[in-house]
Amino acid sequence: MLGKIFFLLCLSSAWAEDLCSKAVPPEAYYVRLSIKTALGDKAYVWNDNEMFLFQATLAFAMRSQFSGQEYNVSNIVVCDETPRVSFWFVVTSLEDPSRLVSRGDVEQAVRKSRNRINSAFLLTDQTLEFIGITPTLAAPVAPNTPPWLIVFGVVMGAVFAGILVLLVLPLIQKKRKKNQPMEDEDSDEETQVKTAENGPERSGVYNMSFSDDDKFTQM
Amino acid sequence: MRLVIPNPGLDQRIPTYEDIERMEKEEAGDRPKWDNKAQYILTCVGFCIGIGNVWRFPYLCQSHGGGAFLIPYLILLVLEGMPLLLLEFGIGQRLRKGSVGVWRAINPYLTGVGIASMLVSLLIGLYYNTLIAWIMWYLFNSFQNPLPWTQCPLNDNATGFVSECQRSSTVDYYFYRVTLNSSTSIDDSGGIHWPIVLCLLSAWTVIFICYIRGISTSGKAVYVTAILPYIVLAIFLIRGLTLKGAMNGVKFLFTPDVDELINPSTWLDAGAQVFYAFSLAWGGLISFSSYNPVHNNCMQDAVILSVITGLTSIYAATVTYTIIGFRATDRYDSCISDNIVTLSNAFDLPEDSITASNYEAALNHYNTSDPTTVLGLDFKICDMQKLLSEGVEGTGLAFIVFTEAITKMPGSPIWSVLFFVMLLCLGLSTLFGNIEGVVVPLRDLNVLPKKWPQEAVTGVTCFVAFIICLLFAQNSGVYWVTLFDNFAGSVPLLTIGLSEMIAIVYIYGIDRFNEDLKFMIGHKPSIFWQVSWRFISPLIVLVILVFYLVTQAQKKLTYLVWDPDSENFPTMASVPYPSWINAVVFLLAGIPSLAVPLYALCRLVFVYCKKKRASGQKSQLSAASGPDREFGGPGGR
Repeated sequence: MLGKIFFLLCLSSAWAEDLCSKAVPPEAYYVRLSIKTALGDKAYVWNDNEMFLFQATLAFAMRSQFSGQEYNVSNIVVCDETPRVSFWFVVTSLEDPSRLVSRGDVEQAVRKSRNRINSAFLLTDQTLEFIGITPTLAAPVAPNTPPWLIVFGVVMGAVFAGILVLLVLPLIQKKRKKNQPMEDEDSDEETQVKTAENGPERSGVYNMSFSDDDKFTQM
Repeated sequence: MRLVIPNPGLDQRIPTYEDIERMEKEEAGDRPKWDNKAQYILTCVGFCIGIGNVWRFPYLCQSHGGGAFLIPYLILLVLEGMPLLLLEFGIGQRLRKGSVGVWRAINPYLTGVGIASMLVSLLIGLYYNTLIAWIMWYLFNSFQNPLPWTQCPLNDNATGFVSECQRSSTVDYYFYRVTLNSSTSIDDSGGIHWPIVLCLLSAWTVIFICYIRGISTSGKAVYVTAILPYIVLAIFLIRGLTLKGAMNGVKFLFTPDVDELINPSTWLDAGAQVFYAFSLAWGGLISFSSYNPVHNNCMQDAVILSVITGLTSIYAATVTYTIIGFRATDRYDSCISDNIVTLSNAFDLPEDSITASNYEAALNHYNTSDPTTVLGLDFKICDMQKLLSEGVEGTGLAFIVFTEAITKMPGSPIWSVLFFVMLLCLGLSTLFGNIEGVVVPLRDLNVLPKKWPQEAVTGVTCFVAFIICLLFAQNSGVYWVTLFDNFAGSVPLLTIGLSEMIAIVYIYGIDRFNEDLKFMIGHKPSIFWQVSWRFISPLIVLVILVFYLVTQAQKKLTYLVWDPDSENFPTMASVPYPSWINAVVFLLAGIPSLAVPLYALCRLVFVYCKKKRASGQKSQLSAASGPDREFGGPGGR
C-alpha cells in the first residue's frame, strides 16, 4: 500500500515536471502577485511555503465549487515561477492525472472563492491577478436618500425661515408702534387738559384781523 | 482740454453742493446708507473679487508668460482700472443716484447708457447665477464620504464601468453626465434636468434673502461672503504648500517668459481681464458709492480697491497653482508607475527592481536586448508640462481639475466643502453688485410701481430671473452658459465703459468733475488722473474693443461639445454653431451696445414730435386769446 502511494507520488511529480517542460496548455491560467505593491513594508517573502499555501487554497476553491470531489494539493500543478512572482497553473482531474480540468470549471471555482483566496494572501483583486478572470466589480456605495437632498432641504428650510422672519418682523414692529403711540396720546391729552386749565384759552375763534396777511398779497 | 459738448440744463438736473450738504445734515430723503465704511469697502471688494479671480486670472497668467504677465496686468490696472474706478465712484457719490439716474441727470439723451448697464447686468447675472447653482450642487454633494465623483457607476452586467466613464474619467463623467446630463449640441435641448432646477431655485432664494431689503441686508451678508474666501484661501495655501509637487505648480505659474511681452494678445488679455475684474460698466459701483456720505474720500477708495484686487489675484493664483501642481505631479507619478508595471510584467522582473529613477535605463536596456516585445507594449506618454497646462480655466478648473485633486487629498469631503463654500461666497458677493445694478435702474425707470416695497421689487426680479434661468437647466444648458459668457459680457461692457468715459469727460465736463472731487475730498486730482481720464484710459478701452471686434469677426462661430460618439472623445469636439445662433448673439451683445444710440435717437424723435405738437397748440392758443396777453394774465408775475 505504502509502495503504491509512493509510486503514484513519484509518477505525479514526474508527470508534473513533464507538464512544466512542455508548452503552456490551453487550460492554464497565469497568476501574478504584487505583494510589495499591496503591503509595502509588511510584505512577506515569497517562498515554497507560500506556494504550498496557494496550491492548498486553490484545492479548497475546487472542492467548494464541485462538492464531493476531493481535490488535493497534488492536483494543482504550478510551473514557470519567476522572480516577479508570476506563474501558471493547471488543475489535474481526480480520476486521471493526465487529463486537465477545463478552463471554464477552474474559472468558476476561482470566481466563487476569490475573496477567500485574496484574504489568504492579504491581497486584493488588483494585486493577485488571474489573467483572464476579470474580477466582478463592487457596486459603488449608494445611500437610499441622496445626501444632497438632505443638505438642500436644510439650506432651503433655513432660507425660507429667514425670509419669513425678515418679512413678518417689521409688521410686528409696526403693530407694536401703533399700540404705543395710542398710549402716548392718552398721556398727552391729560397733560394738555391740565395745562389748558391754567394756560391761555386754547379753544375759541381764530381772529384773522391780527394775523400777518402780507405774505399772501403783493403790491 | 477745454472740449466740452454743450449741455444745457445740467444745473437744474443735478443737486447743488448746498443741497447735498443740507440733505446729509438733515438725513432727508429715503436713500439707503452704509452702516459704516467697512461695509462699503467689503461690498466693493466682494463685487470686484469674483470667481474669475480663481479660474480666469491664473490661466491667463500661466499661458501668457507666467511672472512676466504680472507686468502688463499691473500696468493696466493702474492706467485703466483705477481711473475708471474713480470715475464711477466720483460720479455716483456726487450725483447721489443709481446708474440710470446718473446718466439721466447728466443728459436725458444719455439714459441709454444706464439702460445698457442694466441689460448687461441682467444677462450676466442670469448665467453667473447658473454657475452658482452648479457650485451649490457640488457643495450639497460634498457632505458624503467617499465623494460621488470618485467612482464610476457599473454597467448593466456589472463586469465593468459605464463606457462613457471608462473612456473619460470619473470627474468628467460626474460633471457632464450626472450634474448636467449634457446633450451633444446646443440645438438638442433634451428636456429639463431637475437637480439643476432645484439648485437654481436655491441660488435665487439665497440671493433674494441676502438682498431682500437692499443694502441693509446685503451689507450684513457681505461680512461673511467677502471675508470667508480669504480665510479659505489661506487654509488652502497652507494645505497646498505641504502637498507633494505643489512647488512644481507655483514655479510653472511664475516662471517668466519675457518674450510674451512682445505679443500684443498678452496686453489685450491683460486689459480685458482688468476691465472685467473690476466689474466696471455694470452700474453696481455707481449705485454703491451713491450711498456714501458726500465727503467720503473716493480717491483713496479707488486706490485701495485696485491694490486689493491686484494682490488678491496673485494670492488666488498661487493657491490655485499649488493644487494644480499637486494634481499634475500625482498624475505624472501614477503614469510612470503604470509604465514600470507594464515593463516589469512583460519581463517578469521582481517588483521593486525598477524604480522611477532607473526606469529610463531599464527601458533602454530592454529596448536594445528585446525590441520586439518592447514595441508591443502599451506605454503611456508622461509629460509633466502637458499635465500642468491642461484644463485649467473656467468651469474645467473648478469642476474637473480641482475636484480630482481634492479626491487625492486625505479628508477629501472637508476640502471639497471648503472649496465650494469659498467659490459660493465669491460668486454671491459679485451677484450682490449685479442685482443692485438691475433692481435700482428698474426703480429709476419706474418699470415697477413706486409704491411697491423693496422686498416686492427684489422678489419679482429674482422670480423672473429664475424663470429665465430655466433655459440653463436644460440638457444643453452648459452650451448656453458658454454662449452667454462669451458674448453677453464682452463687447457690451467695453462699449458702455467707453460711453461712460466720453460722457463724463466731454459731456458732463472734466473741469466740473474736478471741481466736484475738490468739493468732496478737499483737493483736486493730480495730473496722473487728468491725463488718464482724458487720453489713456479711453484709448486703452477703444483699442481693446476694436481688436476684440476684429478677432471675433474673423473667427468662425464654433463651440466645444461633450460628445461620447465623437472621434477624439474625451477631448471635447469643436462644432460650428447653428445659424439661428447669430440672432441670439445679436440679442446678447448687440442690443445692450446699441441701447445707447438707440435711446438717444428715440428720445430725439419723441422730443421733436412733442415740440411740433406743442408749437401747433401754442399758435392755436395765441390766435384764440391774442389781446388778453397784454394785461398780464396768469403768466404775468
